[in-house]
Amino acid sequence: MGSAEPLVSIRDLRVSFVSRDATVHAVNGVDLDLARGEALCILGESGSGKSVTLRAMIRLLPPRRARLSGSVKVAGREVMSMGERALSDLRGGQVSMIFQEPALAFDPVYTVGRQITETIVRHEKVSRADARRRAVELLDLVRIPSPERRLASYPHELSGGMRQRAMIALALSCRPDVLLADEPTTALDASVQIQILLLLRELQRELGMAVIFVTHDVGVAVEIADRIAVMYAGRFVESGPVGTVIKTPSHPYTQGLLASTVHGAMRGQRLEAIPGSPPDLASLPVGCAFAPRCRHRLERCTESYPEESRPAAAHAVRCFLAATSPEPA
Amino acid sequence: MSAVVNGARAGGTPLLSVQDLRKYFPVTGGVLNRQLATVQAVDDVSFEVERGETLGIVGESGCGKSTTARLLLALITPDAGRIRYGGKEVGEGAGRIPLRELRRHAQMVFQDSYSSLNPRLTIEDTIAFGPIVHGTPRREARARARDILGKVGLDPNLFIRRYPHELSGGQRQRVNIARALAIQPDLLVLDEAVSALDKSVEAQVLNLLSDLKREFALTYLFISHDLNVVQYVSDRVLVMYLGKVVEVGPVDVMYREPQHPYTRALLSAMPSMDPDRRTEDAPLAGDPPSPINPPSGCRFHTRCPFAQAVCRDREPPLVADVAASGRSVACHLVTPGSGHPDAPAGPSA
Repeated sequence: MGSAEPLVSIRDLRVSFVSRDATVHAVNGVDLDLARGEALCILGESGSGKSVTLRAMIRLLPPRRARLSGSVKVAGREVMSMGERALSDLRGGQVSMIFQEPALAFDPVYTVGRQITETIVRHEKVSRADARRRAVELLDLVRIPSPERRLASYPHELSGGMRQRAMIALALSCRPDVLLADEPTTALDASVQIQILLLLRELQRELGMAVIFVTHDVGVAVEIADRIAVMYAGRFVESGPVGTVIKTPSHPYTQGLLASTVHGAMRGQRLEAIPGSPPDLASLPVGCAFAPRCRHRLERCTESYPEESRPAAAHAVRCFLAATSPEPA
Repeated sequence: MSAVVNGARAGGTPLLSVQDLRKYFPVTGGVLNRQLATVQAVDDVSFEVERGETLGIVGESGCGKSTTARLLLALITPDAGRIRYGGKEVGEGAGRIPLRELRRHAQMVFQDSYSSLNPRLTIEDTIAFGPIVHGTPRREARARARDILGKVGLDPNLFIRRYPHELSGGQRQRVNIARALAIQPDLLVLDEAVSALDKSVEAQVLNLLSDLKREFALTYLFISHDLNVVQYVSDRVLVMYLGKVVEVGPVDVMYREPQHPYTRALLSAMPSMDPDRRTEDAPLAGDPPSPINPPSGCRFHTRCPFAQAVCRDREPPLVADVAASGRSVACHLVTPGSGHPDAPAGPSA
């Protein structure tokens, strides 16, 4: 890190969805730098804006309803001002994405092989035969047994785990610099989830890809991330190296999220649940959006949004409490 | 497979006892809609639930845990097997407990909080519906609805007139719990009841469930794929794989020293929660096979690292573990005299 320019650089990204009844403020000022080969995990609950942030990075949101502002740069090029042609070169080329439901990401009427070769031919000047050869290599890379035969399979003929592997192969087909992963293991069984996580970790290391991984599951984040950004009501409330955020969380929301995540040692104890429920994104409160649920709430929390404070060099927190004391209670 | 040894018996009759429960679903297709195959969803499952305990049922998708829950409350009819509630067999006739009566004692909460509520009934009508059907006067049923709504942490004055779409997921699940509790049951079957909730809300509902259990002396059957949550809530845990019970026992024994290779794999597939000690190897390869025409013998043998010829040929019975009281395992590897080359020596149990 340090010297080189970041691969992805986001400044003040805002996304709102406009309808006749209301304007939903899904993302409210996200800043993010991602280095080459880095694995960042965006951790948040439903409605926190994590998936929308990911989609906004390649402008995969309905253009009529979604209002985007701010800047997203990938390798120095501004995504926000790209035309349709440049965007479709970017998607699946330099930046590609995998989704929670591979059954919906694939087209059901074409074979897996055809969809992968089509992507390769679209982005690179190669013959169909070469593209097909690459497709076999890709299926082999993601450990799909008998890849030659699997190319001829339709998506519905594969099991859930296999389909997710095939989607990863599709996403990697043009050697992307950045892989965006939107809860790719959430729909999988535990014994399959860990296989896919290990596969992604290995591919990321081997291919030197940067990964942005969105999840609601702390356990998954710990397995995959170099760095974690915790998202609440469309903002990053805390970010830092995975060990720092998990072991010494500074934002009351991160603390609450970790305390309410059930794990082995807690039997018999009462869970320290965060009271209340996430805010309505159509009418966000002034100041810190977490304030109504926060047990450390100060008067200023409902008046203005805290500036970023840094308890350590790579650790950033948006909380008045963290700004006043180095180690909040 | 006659002697099913299962769970610590503290004497007396168990609240719920299930014996050799079986449900196969036909798979039909083709021009003539003929039966092509059979899904062996639940196959000779037996277990008991003691009064006041929480029995957790875990397993991956297709293992039959939800089918088991639905069979218990007769939402679907079993092909074979016996269900006894409070020592009496469920059904019509002398000495039996009729279905209607059973449902007064046992209620269920489902995963999808929205589809399990009638969108056209207010919260009050939703909760009062059960008691009215079971003969409580309307006025009393309404009063009880208000009372129970307060118990699940929702202010009756605020919520009683609302409709399901006006509530958040966590609030709706509280209403579902209130609805289930309104007819004052003894047993609550919770089928992935917290799985769809966000973590911060899940913790609230888990706390609520433990408060309610104490206040109303409830017995829980808690079905989930989340091993952390099951460990947190359960007294005993039952592990299912492709329609079969593979291991059952007290929660601490099961999590400390699981015996069945599948239970062991399942537990080590849990994310570590420690960034310094990440999981390095996946304990299992591949997906669970389809419950349509499952593997012969031990159904786990296709993925088991210890599988031998005997595992393919013979189905292992659920046998009591001599070392740990209350635990039973269905595995040739750990059963003395099973014919597995690595099984412990000793006479057949």
